[in-house]
Amino acid sequence: MSETTTEISVEALRRGDRAEFARMVEAYSGPIHRLALKMLAHPQDAEDVLQNTFLKALQHIRGFEGRSSLSTWLYRIAANEALMLIRRQRPETPLADLGPDADDNEDFAPANLSDWCCLPEQELLTSESRARLDQAIRRLPEKLRIVFLLRDIEGLSIAETGQTLDLSETAVKTRLLRARLRLRDDLGAYYGERLGERKK
Amino acid sequence: MSEHDHSQCRSLLASLSDYVDGTLGDELCADIERHVSECRDCRVVVDTLRKTIYLYHETAAENASVPEVVRERLYRALNLEDYLA
Ligand SMILES: [Zn+2]
Repeated sequence: MSETTTEISVEALRRGDRAEFARMVEAYSGPIHRLALKMLAHPQDAEDVLQNTFLKALQHIRGFEGRSSLSTWLYRIAANEALMLIRRQRPETPLADLGPDADDNEDFAPANLSDWCCLPEQELLTSESRARLDQAIRRLPEKLRIVFLLRDIEGLSIAETGQTLDLSETAVKTRLLRARLRLRDDLGAYYGERLGERKK
Repeated sequence: MSEHDHSQCRSLLASLSDYVDGTLGDELCADIERHVSECRDCRVVVDTLRKTIYLYHETAAENASVPEVVRERLYRALNLEDYLA
C-alpha cells in the first residue's frame, strides 16, 4: 500500500485521535482486506481478519513506536490474524510442518514446460483465468502464500516482507522463489491446456 | 538443440527470482542469459515465470476497494460509524 496517502499522523493516533484513526482505516482497509481475501478461502474469514486487524490496532496503537511504517505494522497484525485462523481451522497439522525451516530441503524443480507466454493477453486474463490465478495462490502452503502476497500482490520490498513476518531476507527470498515457481507450474498446467486447445 | 551442460539448469534456478526482479548482479545475469540462449527448457521457465509474476501484478490493482457492506460493518465494529461518509 502506498505511504503517499495524505500522511497519517502516528502522534495523533497514539493520542487516541478518533478522526485520525478513521483516516487510517479508510486508507488501509482496502489492502488489508485484499490480503485477507487472497490468504483465506472464505470471504467471511477475510472479513473477520479485517475487523480483528483494526480492533487490535486500536488496542495497541499507543504502544506503536514507529520503528516500522504504519503499513508494515498493520500487515504484520493482519498476517498473524490470518495465519492463526488457518491453523485454528486445521488443528491436525503437525507442529513440525509449521516450523520456520520445515521443507527447506524441498525439491522445487520446475515440472511444467509448456510455453504459454505467447497466448494473447485477453486470453490470459479472462474471468476464468483470474479465478484460476487466485485458486493457485490458495494452493500454496500458507508460509509461501503469505510471502508471495506481501511481496508480489501488496508490493512490499524483500526487507519489508521480512520485517512483517520476522524472517531474514534470505528466508523471504527462498520462500518467494518457491512460491513463484509453484505458481508458474500451476498456471502452466492450466494455460498449457488452453494452448493445446488453440492448436487443435 | 546445441549441446550444453544440463547441470547448470538447476544451479540457475536459485537466482531466478532476483533475475526476473532485476536485482541480480551483472555477471550472474550474463551467465543466465548465456545459458538460456542455449537451453530451451530454461528459456521457457524464465519466460513463463516472468509472465506469471506479470499477471499477478496486473490483477493486484483490481481488488483494492472494500465492498460497501463490509466497510460499514468494519466501521461499526470499531465504533466509528460517525465517520462513515
Ligand atoms: Zn537449462
